[in-house]
Amino acid sequence: MTVFVYILLVFLVVCAIAVSFSKNLLNSILIFMSYSVVMSVIWLLLESPDLAITEAAVGAGVTSILFFVTLKKIEAIIKKEDKKEEEDEQKDSE
Amino acid sequence: MSKKIPSDIYEKTFSFRFKRWLDGTKDPFIDVIETKPQTISEEELERKEQYKKEKEERIKNLYTVGGSRRVKRFNKLYTFFCVAFCVFLVAMLLVAVSNLPAYGEATNPANNEVAKRYIEEGLKETGSVNIVTGMILDYRAFDTLGESHVLFIATAAVLILLAKTSDKTEEATGENDRIYEPKNDVILQTAARLLVPPIIIFGAYVVLCGHLGPGGGFSGGAIIGAGLILYLNAFDFKKTERFFTAKTYKVLSISALGCYCLAKSYSFYTGANHIHSIIPLGTAGDILSSGLILILNICVGVVVAGTMYTFYVMFRKGGY
Repeated sequence: MTVFVYILLVFLVVCAIAVSFSKNLLNSILIFMSYSVVMSVIWLLLESPDLAITEAAVGAGVTSILFFVTLKKIEAIIKKEDKKEEEDEQKDSE
Repeated sequence: MSKKIPSDIYEKTFSFRFKRWLDGTKDPFIDVIETKPQTISEEELERKEQYKKEKEERIKNLYTVGGSRRVKRFNKLYTFFCVAFCVFLVAMLLVAVSNLPAYGEATNPANNEVAKRYIEEGLKETGSVNIVTGMILDYRAFDTLGESHVLFIATAAVLILLAKTSDKTEEATGENDRIYEPKNDVILQTAARLLVPPIIIFGAYVVLCGHLGPGGGFSGGAIIGAGLILYLNAFDFKKTERFFTAKTYKVLSISALGCYCLAKSYSFYTGANHIHSIIPLGTAGDILSSGLILILNICVGVVVAGTMYTFYVMFRKGGY
């Protein structure tokens, strides 16, 4: 079991570093989400299921959704079709 | 001596791809996930160019006028001290951690009479099988009341900042980002139809059984809020607005907070004046036991669920 905990802790550190090094905002949020999930497993192994539930619901669920919505608001994420349409328009204008 | 490998073989290795991903030179999500760079208007471009020119001039001035050597030396010193400070901080923290008492030892300062009292008398005094809930909603209920109010104030701040004053401006400028939302997405709707009822029922279970097992108002409320957000994403605002509007949120959260305040002030009044509380603790393990904890849990759950949902709606649309 201790080996498992160590693997999770190493994963946590890797996630934390990768969040700050990843250039893509979407990647950062997904890594942040996985960080929260791993953290909730660690809470469970530390025998605090109350915190594990909260971490899973708030950290991995609601916070990431709010991040996604914010990214969409600042137009960092957009539909693939729209992008294609824009490219077509650009080609037409050329 | 390390062996050199040709670049075309190196490009196929995992380390090359990992490095590329880390650098951000090649994005694995391009053409896979919807992304779009921000559009830059002409004004912004002009401003950018002007800024660039100003910056170049500034740099020129900086390095032609005397004192350039001083600036260089300052920059070097700055980097050096940055690194030194980081190393110092890390070393300090590591030393502090190494001097901490071992985890879970009996002689730790955390194992004082307060924790002893909670563990030994907690079940008898609060009637809650889950000692954590007994602690946060009975011994330290005042803290939890503050936390609920923090959530309420956070929602109020979000409402002030993001609420749209009128719908007409939105339509006129065409800034409605709901046009990008998937409409009647079959996969999402089917998944939501299957998942939302279990999620909300599980959330209610976590709230109601907070004094019997792991869980409580905050976690259960967050689960219910997440379920509501999924429902909102799958079906449009029209469906959720039938049962959850700004008015509902106001009524629910204010009545929940008021109920919490009243219940707790009764408890504080009787406790502080050594009056026997008329609320029975019940038999430990029953769903209707442990006095006020169940009611307080429901109050906190309602506030948290409403807060989560309101956050999402305000971020998404700017109003109900």
